[in-house]
Amino acid sequence: MENNLVLRVVGKLLIPFILLFALYVQFHGDFGPGGGFQAGVIFATGIVFYALIFGLERARQAVPDRLVETMLASGVLIYAGVGVAGMLLGGNYLDYFVLDKNPVIGQHRGIFWVEVGVATTVSGVMLKIFYMFASRSVAGNAHEDPED
Amino acid sequence: MVLIVLALIRTRNLFGVIVLSGAYSFLMATVLVALDAVDVAMTEAAVGAGVSTVLLLGALRLCKSEEAKPAHRPWLPLAVAVSTGLLLAYGAMDLPDFADPQAPIHQHVVPRYMENEVDVPNVVTAVLASFRGYDTLGETTVVFTAGAGIIALLRRRKSGRGADGK
Repeated sequence: MENNLVLRVVGKLLIPFILLFALYVQFHGDFGPGGGFQAGVIFATGIVFYALIFGLERARQAVPDRLVETMLASGVLIYAGVGVAGMLLGGNYLDYFVLDKNPVIGQHRGIFWVEVGVATTVSGVMLKIFYMFASRSVAGNAHEDPED
Repeated sequence: MVLIVLALIRTRNLFGVIVLSGAYSFLMATVLVALDAVDVAMTEAAVGAGVSTVLLLGALRLCKSEEAKPAHRPWLPLAVAVSTGLLLAYGAMDLPDFADPQAPIHQHVVPRYMENEVDVPNVVTAVLASFRGYDTLGETTVVFTAGAGIIALLRRRKSGRGADGK
């Protein structure tokens, strides 16, 4: 698929917007539809799209495995960390009201970081699963792409 | 959607099945939009039609593209599926009407959610991230566990590739 001019051009045009849309869904999730899970999936989809058009190796250069695995774990840690932060500030676990002097702003802050955690883990997991499957098939076919 | 499901049952070519299930997911997303569940619809479109289609295609490259003949008659599983469906339909008859404001679910905790002490305009986000923060933490952990499990399973296979059979 790497030599298909239309795909390459359209992909190059679209991928920045897909990633931008993921960020929009992430940070606009308080006001419109969306949130961490959807944003994470859309972000991962953008990278998967890139990998489909330009090849797995280049995608792995852009978003290396080590980063993906770090994302996988750090998302849960961010989420749990928000809970611990609430405890340290004198509330219950995952109590956002204490995160700021103004309880409403505290809630916003808590939701924001929680959504960041969800998005990080989800996109990390999606990318990791895709990488794993894709690299397996490449290995199974003796390092050759049969469709090319 | 009914047409797609019938085609899904009849098709023996796995590539066609994957493409059809992607189309089914997209139609399901439109149904969810019609039910005003935009958040779920986005997830369905992105996960069901996008990522899972790609993952299934990736898996398809590892195996044959024609479905094998079933080893035995499908009557017992079919009977189980049909009776479960009938039971669910029977149970659904007792549910309150769609969007009925007097339904019990709208009388219990929803008024407090709608009061919105969190002051986040999207109530879905407020419920998921704040009121039910523990649930979402659990879900994130489940997703994380899925990723960790994939890593554990497939990494081991790769190191022992001699016994892989491919």
